[in-house]
Amino acid sequence: MAKKKAESSTKEFEQALKKSGEEKYLLKLYVTGLTPASTRAISNIKKICEEHLKGRYELEVIDIFQQPVLAKGEQIIAAPTLIRKLPLPLRKFIGDMSNTERILLGLDLRPKKQK
Amino acid sequence: MPKHSKEKGPAVSGLKKCPTGIQGLDEITQGGLPMGRPTLVCGSAGCGKTLLAMEFLVRGAVQFNEPGVFIAFEENAEELSKNVASLGFDLDDLARKKKIVVDYVYVERSEIEETGEYDLEGLFIRLDHAIKSVGAKRVVLDTIESLFSGLSNQNILRAELRRLFRWLKEKGVTAIITGEKGEGTLTRHGLEEYVADCVIMLDHRVTEQISTRRLRVVKYRGSLHGTNEYPFIIDETGFSVLPITSVGLNHKATDERVPTGIPRLDAMLDGKGYYRGSSILVTGTAGTGKTSLALHLVNESCRRGERCLYLASEESAAQIIRNGKSIGIDLSPWVKKGLLHFHVARPTYSGLEMQLVTANKLIREFRPAIAVVDPITGLTNIGTDLEIKAMLLRLIDMLKNSYITTLCTSLTHGVHSLEQTEVAVTSLMDTWLLVRDLEYNGERTRGLYVLKSRGMAHSNQIREFLITDNGIDLTDVYVGQGMVLTGAARKVREMKEEAEASARREETERVKRELERKRLIMEAKINEIRSQYESAEEELLACLKELELKEKGLASDRGVIADMRKADASKDKKETGKKPDRRENR
Repeated sequence: MAKKKAESSTKEFEQALKKSGEEKYLLKLYVTGLTPASTRAISNIKKICEEHLKGRYELEVIDIFQQPVLAKGEQIIAAPTLIRKLPLPLRKFIGDMSNTERILLGLDLRPKKQK
Repeated sequence: MPKHSKEKGPAVSGLKKCPTGIQGLDEITQGGLPMGRPTLVCGSAGCGKTLLAMEFLVRGAVQFNEPGVFIAFEENAEELSKNVASLGFDLDDLARKKKIVVDYVYVERSEIEETGEYDLEGLFIRLDHAIKSVGAKRVVLDTIESLFSGLSNQNILRAELRRLFRWLKEKGVTAIITGEKGEGTLTRHGLEEYVADCVIMLDHRVTEQISTRRLRVVKYRGSLHGTNEYPFIIDETGFSVLPITSVGLNHKATDERVPTGIPRLDAMLDGKGYYRGSSILVTGTAGTGKTSLALHLVNESCRRGERCLYLASEESAAQIIRNGKSIGIDLSPWVKKGLLHFHVARPTYSGLEMQLVTANKLIREFRPAIAVVDPITGLTNIGTDLEIKAMLLRLIDMLKNSYITTLCTSLTHGVHSLEQTEVAVTSLMDTWLLVRDLEYNGERTRGLYVLKSRGMAHSNQIREFLITDNGIDLTDVYVGQGMVLTGAARKVREMKEEAEASARREETERVKRELERKRLIMEAKINEIRSQYESAEEELLACLKELELKEKGLASDRGVIADMRKADASKDKKETGKKPDRRENR
């Protein structure tokens, strides 16, 4: 779906821009077991998503202790890591997600002019 | 030398070592890198850090059956395997065989937002997974400093790195961590703070447009190690470090001889030739036949089935072979048989150290019995006398340790004294042959001396050195009447001498004949006298006889008369017969 859009004409691109407010988010959070940082990150991101992306997000929490292969595939080095799979482009956030402002900015949930 | 280090290394340090398999490096570190500990390899860009690390892994996997993990921060697996393929390492194959795992860690600052506290557990997990997947004993992190550019929180990073190195030690893997050289520090981000067990520094220096790679063990906790800078090369077979100081004066010495290929020269050298494993220096001005002497040795040795290494720096192999043919030496069959190997390179092609390393490599691989360095003076272009002397010293020691008979040629220029080489190496040499031009009466001829030859009774006399279609020939020079002559002058002199000699011979004959004649005359005279005497003797003897007879006759007559007179009694006959006799005798 995303690829089609990118390849489409300017018109469609503008349409897509209009739609951006209601775009669907696919987020993956990679944590390492139940470390304090992991737990904090999970609750923080859940809170943000509920507040700003209610109803249009999908959050997957993955424990890389359980699935180390995924860490290699996703180029994870730090934990916790949040990856915005959709909408493109791909974004990575590392840390316990305590810096809400930064996350909102990174997820394009806050117009840049405001800051 | 390797034997020496193997014996000494672990005994002294008590530290377990992990052999790298890299030529020379194990000798410098006396056995390898500290086992189960991280080692830092640092150096500026392009000095071979990644290759060193990769060779450590590959050799570990292939030679020591120790699988390895390569965590690449700068190149991905594909690029890496392509890059090291040029060194003959098949990374893909090793990966298939589960000997090596390459994990590319991609860190891009622009793609990462830092939102609070984090750790590098992700990296740990990946590393752990990779180690477990092949049962790795060796790990390379190349270059972990990339993390510093990818992540902004230095405090977290440093704490995590410390944790990482501790973790690696706990895992018991032998690790190499590479780091870029910083200003005034070993690494840009001070990695040496964390990896303190062993630090190896690589350097790539360019002096007078000639580059030399050097390696130095800065630190090796709990072990003795070579402290010098050692030159190394990277070529199609990987790393090659030359541990120079390990070369000592403990080479063997035998009585075995190596014929020179020239019977008369053998005769000059105690009748047997050079000592095996000795070093021979041939000096001389241009065009005096130094190379020809070398070719004779090579030819003779190849004929015996010995391997010869020819390090040439002025002529190409083809040219040497062609020139050899002109004096009746055909080297091409030996090249075909693999007995003769030419290594031809202009000295300016690489630094002195490099040439040493190259020579060392060739010696190790080719294992020659004879080596020829033609000429050593070619090196003067690329270094100071001191450097060259040091280099030649190492080269000669290296060759002697390998029990290789070495012949070096050295060109002397007119300005120098003939008995002084441009690079003062004569003291290193066991045998020194001097070929010199002898100019006399408008003709140049060549003369050969044995200036010295350690440990043998050699000839002190000059020989005329003739280069003929059938090779070198040594003939006696004209020595006499306070002169030494060669060439045509010798011939003329010899002819003149011959004439003089024949004249002298005639004179002698004449005197002898005169003497004989005198003797004959004398004898004739003696004979004459003798015959005169003999005739006189005869006459006198006859005369004497007659007189005696007469005397006898008289006596008997007297007796008869007495008898007739009956002068005495008959018993007195005898007395009377005797008494007159006595009287007669008186």
